[in-house]
Amino acid sequence: MSLTRRQFLKVGAAVGGGLLVEIHAPRTARADAGKGGGTFTPNAFLRIAPDGITFVCPEVEMGQGIQTGLAMLVAEELEVGLEDMRVIASPADRAYDNPENLVQLTGGSASVKADFEPMRLAGATARDMLRSAASRRWGVPFAECVASNGAIVHAATGKRATYGELADEAARSGVPRRPRLRSEGFRIIGKPLRRVDARPRIDGSGVFGIDVRVPGMLVAAIVRCPVPGGTVKGFDAAPVKAMPGIVDVVRIPAGVAVLARDTWSARNGADALRVTWDEGPNAGLDSVSLLAAYREAAAGEGKGVRSDGDAAKALAGAARRVEASYHAPFLAHATLEPQNATALVTGSRCEVWAPTQAPGVAKEIARQLTGLGSDQIVIHTTLVGGGFGRRLAQDYVAEAIWCAKAAGTPVKVAWSREDDFRHDVYRPAALHVMRGGLAADGAPVAWEHRVVTQSIMKQFVPDVVAATLPFWVPTGVKRTAGNVASYFMGRSDDAAFEGADQVPYAVPNVSVRFIAQDQGVPVGFWRAVGHSHTAFAVESFVDELAHAAGKDPYLFRKGLLGGAPRNREVLDLVATKAGWGATLPPGRFRGIAQHASFDSFAAAVVEVEVEGKSIRVRRVVIALDCGLAVNPNLVAAQLEGSVVFGLGAALKQEITWKKGRVEQSNFNDFDLLRMDECPSIETHLVPGNGPPTGVGEPGVPPIAPALANAVFAATGQRLRSLPLRLPG
Amino acid sequence: MISFTLNGKPVQVDVPGRMPLLWVLRDVLGATGTKLGCGAGLCGACTVHVDGQATRSCLTDVDSVEGRSVTTIEGLGRGRLHVLQEAWLELDVAQCGYCQPGQLMSAAALLDAKPHPTDTEIDEALSGNLCRCGTYPRIRAAVRRAAGPAP
Repeated sequence: MSLTRRQFLKVGAAVGGGLLVEIHAPRTARADAGKGGGTFTPNAFLRIAPDGITFVCPEVEMGQGIQTGLAMLVAEELEVGLEDMRVIASPADRAYDNPENLVQLTGGSASVKADFEPMRLAGATARDMLRSAASRRWGVPFAECVASNGAIVHAATGKRATYGELADEAARSGVPRRPRLRSEGFRIIGKPLRRVDARPRIDGSGVFGIDVRVPGMLVAAIVRCPVPGGTVKGFDAAPVKAMPGIVDVVRIPAGVAVLARDTWSARNGADALRVTWDEGPNAGLDSVSLLAAYREAAAGEGKGVRSDGDAAKALAGAARRVEASYHAPFLAHATLEPQNATALVTGSRCEVWAPTQAPGVAKEIARQLTGLGSDQIVIHTTLVGGGFGRRLAQDYVAEAIWCAKAAGTPVKVAWSREDDFRHDVYRPAALHVMRGGLAADGAPVAWEHRVVTQSIMKQFVPDVVAATLPFWVPTGVKRTAGNVASYFMGRSDDAAFEGADQVPYAVPNVSVRFIAQDQGVPVGFWRAVGHSHTAFAVESFVDELAHAAGKDPYLFRKGLLGGAPRNREVLDLVATKAGWGATLPPGRFRGIAQHASFDSFAAAVVEVEVEGKSIRVRRVVIALDCGLAVNPNLVAAQLEGSVVFGLGAALKQEITWKKGRVEQSNFNDFDLLRMDECPSIETHLVPGNGPPTGVGEPGVPPIAPALANAVFAATGQRLRSLPLRLPG
Repeated sequence: MISFTLNGKPVQVDVPGRMPLLWVLRDVLGATGTKLGCGAGLCGACTVHVDGQATRSCLTDVDSVEGRSVTTIEGLGRGRLHVLQEAWLELDVAQCGYCQPGQLMSAAALLDAKPHPTDTEIDEALSGNLCRCGTYPRIRAAVRRAAGPAP
């Protein structure tokens, strides 16, 4: 989508003085701009006033460094230092005033990509308006008024005025037609700068959702049916109401809420509460039978999502055939901050404080559940203790609103860790059935891939976000939220098979089919979404083909990537940096994988040592091509995090079902990678000046297959099921 | 009434003795820098110092700290930044930041006991502190930086 400057900027005088640039960041506001003549709906702001420069960031900061990244884009063109700007999150009421501006959400590794041009144009527009103001004040040509370090200077006369001094006048300047943007020679973009918002995260002062305190607030612990979709049959409130600190026990659509004066009392009350359930249609959910159903379904037709040549025929005529199936389990997000939200609801006002990735969707839910108008609802996005896709779902927001309505006083809904594991929207499990054919010389001639999994985006594109809402949210809300969100997600149900249909290797006959299975598990977006399991299958299988062909796994891939130069380049970079082919210490083995996602290209080499059944990861080298890296320090941080996230899943994590219930409950049975398991990690970027692309997610997909390929190199055992476990 | 010292100042709380210190700090005393991660001593997000020892506050009954000295992230630097916090900023350790108070409290207890820990000692001391964002490599580097070279 291409937007002109006029369509995403508006300038004028700020309330309280100075120059205000309103920015319509295209991905996070409803893009009426594309239609022309629509209502202008800003969601980010740049204010220049005598008391300083403030940038209101449109994207949710959840640790990825987006406040820093976007502020750098603005600062670059505004000709100020990053340290000269105050960067704040976007709670701005005003941004949410317009009912069309519903779906502010941050996900899909898309922020820098989408905001790269609007943020720079905002900075450049303000800069040129300040230059105009100086030009008028001094009676000198505009072209001679140079912006530098927060001031406009005129070299010939030695005149100088700070932005603050010029701001009021600048607000009355005409809007520049075409402010010049740097395309090279950046001062700030591309520099490994430090986060602008690190301090409150290391001194205890940062306010996460769980830390919110509102006068008169109660704390709610909710008892939910352990089976998804189950409902309350009855409960005995009396003994719990008699417990210390308990204020009330109320039924809400999500279950039964125990309202208390403090978190501990609420938790004690919830632990003591006896509820009987109608477990509903999912009472039989069972991982073993679920996988059996997937295997049975794999024989079905499904939907063709890629077809080149005639894979069946080529397979039949191949000199050598390789068959394998791979399995990836359900996974929890396990954000370290458990889900929570605080709500205040009166007859005329609703305020929500939440660590959400999707304040726009939260607002829509508040509108539907309270019947209030958009102008009566404020969503405060707090610090977010990890997102990874979990906080695109808004179940905790709805719960807080229900509780606040029932209690008639503000309520914070506080999930326990057990709640968090048992009531997630899980990364769907997936079964991949693959067949490949090799010619006599080892060249692959056929590639068949059947993906059996649950579609996150069931049915239609408009359900994108609806699918991440809890089952009990009324359909009307789902449709509305889904409709507005789908515009921005820009994806159909390809999240189920993404990465499988785009296999980049030069094989003349390719067939990829998607077979949808829905056993009733609530599923959602999990870092890298479909790529998180398709890459495991594709990059394990191509490794199997390489070994069947008697070729080196790196060179085999490289030879098939002639038509995919960026995949090949990042693969070459990681192989070089990892010293592929060089002798390793005794007992050390390596594996390689590459995978493109979110418009970026990633590759990894993982080195392992295996002792008995124990897999120890010693070194990971990862490379990324994300176009222009706006802040290499923060890109490296995301890659380091992606390696740890990917290794944790590949080595340790699965969610399993029995009798309709999740079997895991806490970090004892769904553990994260720990410090003593963390290998040395080296990150490398392919130098590039192209448009910035995804950073937060693309590092995850290659990790599991590179690890499995290393374990094969070490043991000769091909582990095809995640998490990787050596048999016994 | 239970009395103890919090970040150098005497406090008194009128709560049940078996209320976990975590919730006394957060809900009663308003010191929310100490976080809930798991409620079961598995993740380290709630780590504080009790008489200088790294302690999981989610499993610590408040009556067990009667008369003792409790330090939380808010008091770690005694009004300034602790050398570890400075290193954390220099290396941009934090991502979401939720686990970092617990990581810092565990690291500070380590440096108090072993001013120049080996890499293995750092790993051992911090393996009880989970980070979902995956900041371990930078935590390691920041602890090394704060400790400086062994004499």
